Amino acid sequence: MTTYLLRGVRPLGADPVDLLLADGVIADVGPDLAADGAVIVDGAGLVALPGLVDLHAHLREPGREDAETVASGTRAAAAGGFTAVHAMANTSPVADTAGVVEQVWRLGREAGWVDVHPVGAVTVGIAGERLAELGAMADSAARVRVFSDDGHCVSDAVLMRRALEYVKASDGVIAQHAQEPRPTEGAQMHEGDVSSVLGLAGWPAVAEEAIIARDVLLAQHVGSRLHVCHVSTAGSVEILRWAKGRGVDVTAEVTPHHLLLTDELVRTYDPRYKVNPPLRSDADVQALRAGLADGTIDAVATDHAPHASEDKDCEWAAAAMGMTGLETALSAVVEAMVDTGLLDWAGVADRMSVRPARIGRLEHQGQPLTVGSPANLTLVDPVGRWQVDPAASASASRNTPFAGRTLHGRVIATFLRGRATVLDGELTGP
Amino acid sequence: MRHLLSAADLDRDAALRVLDTAEQMAATQQREIKKLPTLRGRTVVNLFFEDSTRTRISFEAAAKRLSADVINFSAKGSSVSKGESLKDTALTLEAMGADAVVVRHGASGGAHRLATSGWINGSVVNAGDGTHEHPTQALLDAFTMRHHLVGQREPGAATGEDLAGRKVTIVGDVLHSRVARSNVLLLHTLGAEVTLVAPPTLLPVGVQTWPCATSYDLDSALEGADAVMMLRVQVERMNAAYFPSAREYSRRYGLDARRLRLMAEHTIVMHPGPMNRGLEISADAADSARSTIVEQVSNGVSVRMAVLYLLLAGSDDVDGGTA
Repeated sequence: MTTYLLRGVRPLGADPVDLLLADGVIADVGPDLAADGAVIVDGAGLVALPGLVDLHAHLREPGREDAETVASGTRAAAAGGFTAVHAMANTSPVADTAGVVEQVWRLGREAGWVDVHPVGAVTVGIAGERLAELGAMADSAARVRVFSDDGHCVSDAVLMRRALEYVKASDGVIAQHAQEPRPTEGAQMHEGDVSSVLGLAGWPAVAEEAIIARDVLLAQHVGSRLHVCHVSTAGSVEILRWAKGRGVDVTAEVTPHHLLLTDELVRTYDPRYKVNPPLRSDADVQALRAGLADGTIDAVATDHAPHASEDKDCEWAAAAMGMTGLETALSAVVEAMVDTGLLDWAGVADRMSVRPARIGRLEHQGQPLTVGSPANLTLVDPVGRWQVDPAASASASRNTPFAGRTLHGRVIATFLRGRATVLDGELTGP
Repeated sequence: MRHLLSAADLDRDAALRVLDTAEQMAATQQREIKKLPTLRGRTVVNLFFEDSTRTRISFEAAAKRLSADVINFSAKGSSVSKGESLKDTALTLEAMGADAVVVRHGASGGAHRLATSGWINGSVVNAGDGTHEHPTQALLDAFTMRHHLVGQREPGAATGEDLAGRKVTIVGDVLHSRVARSNVLLLHTLGAEVTLVAPPTLLPVGVQTWPCATSYDLDSALEGADAVMMLRVQVERMNAAYFPSAREYSRRYGLDARRLRLMAEHTIVMHPGPMNRGLEISADAADSARSTIVEQVSNGVSVRMAVLYLLLAGSDDVDGGTA
């Protein structure tokens, strides 16, 4: 196995130091390390972060291989600095059995770009009626710890309570897609000033906040762990802050696009901006940033949602919801959080690696960059700029909301257990 | 002007240009031979993804009286219901050489998407998109108001004038109304003062940012109004709890004989049609001398002639032919 000597990198933005990666681990850390036979990577000016961990990606396989495969999605992930992704359960067939989650897990291993951790469905077929075999998925080779009906809310309070209770036996967590179904029937965008003008059916903030409020109370009542997916409103941040203050075991994620984009973009009627939960107001964006900065929101998760071009090349109402995000997540966080002074690089590492790994119970991810840790890390040029070209994406889909935009912060190298998946800013072979 | 997608596309000068051109068009319609050679050799496609006989024949009459070739394309069942996609329909029209596409679509933003996605090169006229806008309806409404309230019913007398200071009350299902959205924008541009009246459930969240006033009480909003526009209300809305019953809606927000008597002498009663007689408007109101409802239909042809003319022939004289 190739040994890498990373010269003069700045771990979490601290003073430059050399890192030696050998046999899958960080073998040595220090100034002017010897490099016998090692491939030397000039790390001058680069920030070293633990490999990024995504709690929320749609890899679409099995079922929609025209939009993404485990192989193409994980290439995109590696290019974006990730070393682990959670693959959402809303595939076809749904990942609601040990068989399907093991298949996805195995596809991830074969592709070899990042560790793929399948998310198991909470209910059979994501139909919200009866529990899927959560225990079997937890005990499978895929060792599922995160369960979600993402795309659908577990809106039945009894079912949600039972799910929260049941997964305690395997140290699992329910990741809720918080969306009260009735007030969001036919919803097309955030309900507010812009929707009133555009005549698009509104997705009110209260439909998210009401579910989060209910769920934190349920989680407290049964003493369970709850994770809230893609928090999008200022009110949700307030409720989470209150719940954490009361000691509820709740964690939450925010997407890069909700940290950067607002519903003003919908005025174009361009379905690239159609996503669920919808882009919201600037006040929501500011509250989400503040919540991520103070730790009320634990993690950034991409909600990478690739779609075939025909599902976006149409009128707004007919378009699919979702946007890609794995390759642009870090840059979006740099623009929203680092450039604004809200987070330093240690904070970025915490929200994009350490905490998501802890929520997903991933022992080999999100570890400190010290001797003996698994060599999962990424090197970032903090001042590098790049223009987003959808055609150049490693994802099989092109539905990025950042097309043509110049982003800050470039991933120069990614290492998965000491093996380079990205080097000199380019994907290598797995 | 390349497209007409929203009433917001028109500033005061552009709106007056359409209205003044429509006055000229209306004058030509008094002649024995109504047809003008202006758009000879041009092709106008009426692309209707929703049934709307009245709007389609209005545009059809407008285009034909300007000597354009008219193709009616009824594409009911859009990509939403797994038919041909909007994109493929647009590419087909482009291949046939449409100079203008008049589009009615059930999705808000449908016309906008058609105009801005690079699928076609022709001009796009929004003939109603979902619950968003219906700009030519607003133009014909403004034309009608100007004729009565400014020009004192004298043809051409209001040319060059706007609606400054005129008070317009719009009543009904504002939430789902493309007519209301376009009217608020255009009437504001023309200087009128608009009050929207509806049960709170049928006013959108965010309406407070619109350039108009709102009220829940119809009686008080009739006082001082120069024009009262009743919007069509779908009875099915009561099944979604927007209001308890047709009877209660009619009692609180319907225009009936009693309310007719609350209006000033000169106040006109408008309705974009089709009407639900007995729900939002009583027969007394619909058939009263104040009613401009039938006149709105004929003004619709003049206004749509003006729009097609300005989009396709530019600034040439109305009677002159262009290549």
